[in-house]
Formats: sequence, structure tokens, C-alpha cells
Amino acid sequence: MSVSPEQVRHIAKLARIAMSDEELERLVPELNNILGWVEQLGEVDTDGVEPLATVIDQKLRLRDDVVIEGDIRDEVLANAPEAQHGFFAVPKVIE
Amino acid sequence: MTELTSKTIAELRDGFRSGEFSAREIAEAYNDAVDAARLLNAYTVTTPHDALAAAEVADKARGSSDLLSLAGIPLGIKDLFATEGVDTTAGSRILKGFKPPYESTVSANLRKAGAGMLGKLNMDEFAMGSSNETSAYGPVISPWRRKGSNVGLTPGGSSGGSAAAVAAGIAPGATGTDTGGSIRQPAAFAGICGIKPTYGRCSRWGIVAFASSLDQAGPMAKSVRDCAILLEAMAGFDPKDSTSLDLPVPQWEAGLSGDLKGKRVGIPKEYRIDGVPAEINALWDQGIEWLKDAGATPVEIGLPHTKYALPTYYIIAPAEASSNLARYDGVRYGLREEGVKTLDDMYAATRAAGFGAEVKRRIMIGTYVLSAGFYDAYFTKAQKVRALIKHDFRKAFEKCDVILTPTAPSAAFGIGETTDPLAMYLNDVFAVPASLAGLPAMSVPGGLDGQGLPLGLHLIGNELDEQTVLNAGLAIEERAGFTARPERWW
Repeated sequence: MSVSPEQVRHIAKLARIAMSDEELERLVPELNNILGWVEQLGEVDTDGVEPLATVIDQKLRLRDDVVIEGDIRDEVLANAPEAQHGFFAVPKVIE
Repeated sequence: MTELTSKTIAELRDGFRSGEFSAREIAEAYNDAVDAARLLNAYTVTTPHDALAAAEVADKARGSSDLLSLAGIPLGIKDLFATEGVDTTAGSRILKGFKPPYESTVSANLRKAGAGMLGKLNMDEFAMGSSNETSAYGPVISPWRRKGSNVGLTPGGSSGGSAAAVAAGIAPGATGTDTGGSIRQPAAFAGICGIKPTYGRCSRWGIVAFASSLDQAGPMAKSVRDCAILLEAMAGFDPKDSTSLDLPVPQWEAGLSGDLKGKRVGIPKEYRIDGVPAEINALWDQGIEWLKDAGATPVEIGLPHTKYALPTYYIIAPAEASSNLARYDGVRYGLREEGVKTLDDMYAATRAAGFGAEVKRRIMIGTYVLSAGFYDAYFTKAQKVRALIKHDFRKAFEKCDVILTPTAPSAAFGIGETTDPLAMYLNDVFAVPASLAGLPAMSVPGGLDGQGLPLGLHLIGNELDEQTVLNAGLAIEERAGFTARPERWW
């Protein structure tokens, strides 16, 4: 399988990365090189093999549903590019 | 006090305890050395006051019976670890200026053990790279140079700042992280030791995530003993990481022994690959002799899916990265591109401006292999091959106790010398299989090549058996007599 410039444009959109036409052009052969290389996995017979889910066997734990920390709104907001009235602020989404 | 900066952590600890020198003297010697080594670009932020404050506490506590294990020891912290109130950028422009309101569990554990922080260490952007060249803050320059040359070499990556700092004597030890070789390859390039423990030993909480099923923290230091000391402080169960292992931390330092009587050392024939310099294979053979001399018996083992480890990794790691890095959206922290009208455009413009080329490439690959219609062909297939790789190791460890291979297929290369992404990925050909299987693995310096650059030997252990890895590492260290240090030019 190889990707077309249109597909790369679509992937960039899914990944939310703005790209110029030149960048897209450059990425097409780069991605195809990498994808062509990983396709050698097709040689491996994996019939009946369960995909690996956890690398070291262990059970997922549950914790008690209690608040253990928090109440640090201002510290969290301190890193925001824009914060208003105790919230993260973003460009207007509703006209 | 240059001699303090050439000491191991064990020597600093013992000298501080016996009163030979104070913690303040140690911290000052390192702070000065850090200041004098700006040319290496190893640190992105320096925190001399932090190292001095911890030293003051240590000096006051000296003589008390319950002195902390790392009292008096200042460390470098890879910039992937969140450090409260101190810039944490993961080598990326998108996190420029980010000051976490919390401390990663691993760095908090080191602090609890009494360590101070010298600063944050430069790295490949989001730990994606094998040469430190993808850092948004410029590449780290290795303190090592080829004989008779002043060409700038890479310290390896992604923990290249950590490796360079330890090799140059501007940190006695450092934290690293390893997703597919990012502790071991730079350790080999810089002539130091580095261990990636079993997946789950060190909490991932507060470490900027790259590929969560692979990411593991570990120490980088001058000696095997130093690695054992640091790993004991770093490891431990953490309820805040769902994959943290709920097991006691072994006393690895107390358990150190270079006597390998009764141990079987697996030599995987699949690791004899084309294009590896003869010197590296010769060092591997020498390593087998050293381990035999320590009492171990070499056995040939098969790891038949070795050749598929790298392509498997380059599906799984980008897939996980594309998901993990979705959080960088210009809303909650880091960079935001202004001048665009809609929220969607703001996301796309921010990510375009904030991520470097390698990170974008991997996000694109990851997004593609997870997208509708391709998920099974790529991602599920890779997870199946990963299961086979894990199975290979399981079978191998029925026949042996530890596996010996070279760490990397070359010595350090020059900055700008490797421009093809695929060629760069091949650096981790020997390191990646153990990552995919979650196994403990370590690089120990074995010797210098003909150009005077360090080469590493790589030990892979069974799940939870860091002790045998460390012991085999110690056996090599005792026999290799590796004392070479880069000649100071910076």
C-alpha cells in the first residue's frame, strides 16, 4: 500500500497539523518509504496469534472513587496561553 | 575541585559520609562544571540553587543515623520529567515555557532520597530520535571526539543530554527514559552505563508520554554500581500509574556480584547482522570471553523474529505517540499560534508551528496506521508480531539467564551525518526487541574503537531480573577496565 498526496492531506487534517503543499509533497515519499519498510511484517505468519495487550502480565487495579487531590485551579490555569474568569479560553466556536 | 566531578556516585556518597568533603563542595563543583560546559548544550535549564539547597540539607543531616541514600548527590534530570515550577519542554517548542504544577514520581522519589537537581537535560523532541538532533533547543554535542578530529559528534538519543552530562563530568548521574533504546544507545555512544528496568518498575506518572506501552525511566551513570544505587531510588509502586508494578524494590546494590557461576549467557545468532563494523562484533566476542571468565556458560539461542522488531516498533510507537500528542492543542499549556480565526485552525496552526519534522512524521505515520480501514493491517498486525517477539524471549529464557549483544550497530556519528529517517531508525536495531518485550536491559562500556570512540555491550534480562543484568554488567565492567574519559575541549 502506498499513500497519495490526497491521503497525506487527509491524514494531516485528522492529525490537526496545518501543512503547505510543499510540505505535503515532501512527506509523500518519506511516508511511503517508511510504510513500504514496515510492510515486511506481511511475511510473518500471525494466524491464530493474539495481539499483545500487556507486556508484563498484571491486573488493572481499581481505586476507591474518592477525591485525593485537586483544588489547584489557578496553578493549572497558570500554564494556559489564555485563561479568562477561571476557564481556559479558546477562539470563538459559536457564531 | 575537578576531581569531585570525576568521581562515581558511590565515591561521592562515601566521601561525603566520611567527611572527606561536604555536600556543598560537591554541589559547587558540579554547578561550576555545568557553567563551564555550555558549549555541549547538554542542559536546557540549570538549577544551581536547587542543588545547593539539597546539599545544605545533606550537610546538616550528616552524621545522623538515618541519612538518606542520595544525600549529598546532585543529579541531572532529563527534560521529559515534569519538575514542579521548573521548565519542562520535552525538547519541544510546543512546550516552551511550560512549568508543571507537579513533580514526576521518579524525580520526586530521587528528591525523597535526598538528591538535588543540577538542571534539566536536553533531549530529542518528545524522545523521538537517536542523535539529539531533533531537539528544538539545538543538538547536544558529545564530549567525545574522533582521534585527531574536531568534528562535532552526537551523544546519541534520545537521552543524549543525560549521556553527555555524565560523560563530561557535569552530572554524576542522570535520569533517562527508554522507549526503544533511548537510554542504552546514548550510554554506549558516551562510554557510560545505563539501564532500562522491566516495564512497570519506574512510574511513568509525570513523564511526558511518547509511547505508553514502551516508555520506561532508568538511570545513566559512570558505573554499574551507580546505576543500581539510582534505580533503587527511582523505582517503586505508584498508584498513579496504572501499569506500575505493585512489587517491592529489590536491594540491587547490596545484591551486586560479578560472580556468574552457574549462569547461562544467551548469544542470539540473529543479532549477527550485515553492515555492523568488525570491531563491534569483535567486542561482542570479547564480551562472551569476559562473561565466561566470570563463571558463566555461553549458549546459542534463537530469537527468530528479531528482524521484525524495528518495523513493529515503527508502527506501535508512532501509533501511541499520535494519540498521546493529541493533547498539544494550544489550549491548556505551551504554545498557541495566534492570528487564526477558528478553533480548528488554531489547533492545526499551533501543532504545525510547535512540532518539529520528526515528530510530525511520526504523528502522521501513527495517525495513518490507526485510521479507519488500515488499523488491522498495520496496528493489529504489529501487536501480533510483538506477541511473537515476546514469545521468542520467553523461549530463550528457558535456556539462558541473561542475553549478551552489542548495544548499537555503530559508534557515535557526526552531527548532520545521518539524514535519512530509516537509516536513523536502524540505530536501535539491537535495543528495540527488549523494549517491545518490556524486559530489563543495560548498556555497559566495553572499549574504544579504532577512532577512539566508546562502544557498548548490551545485556538483556528476564522479566523482573534486573539483578542478573546488573551482575553481568558488573562482570564486564570489572574485566573491560574501561576508564577512558573524553579529553576536555569545551
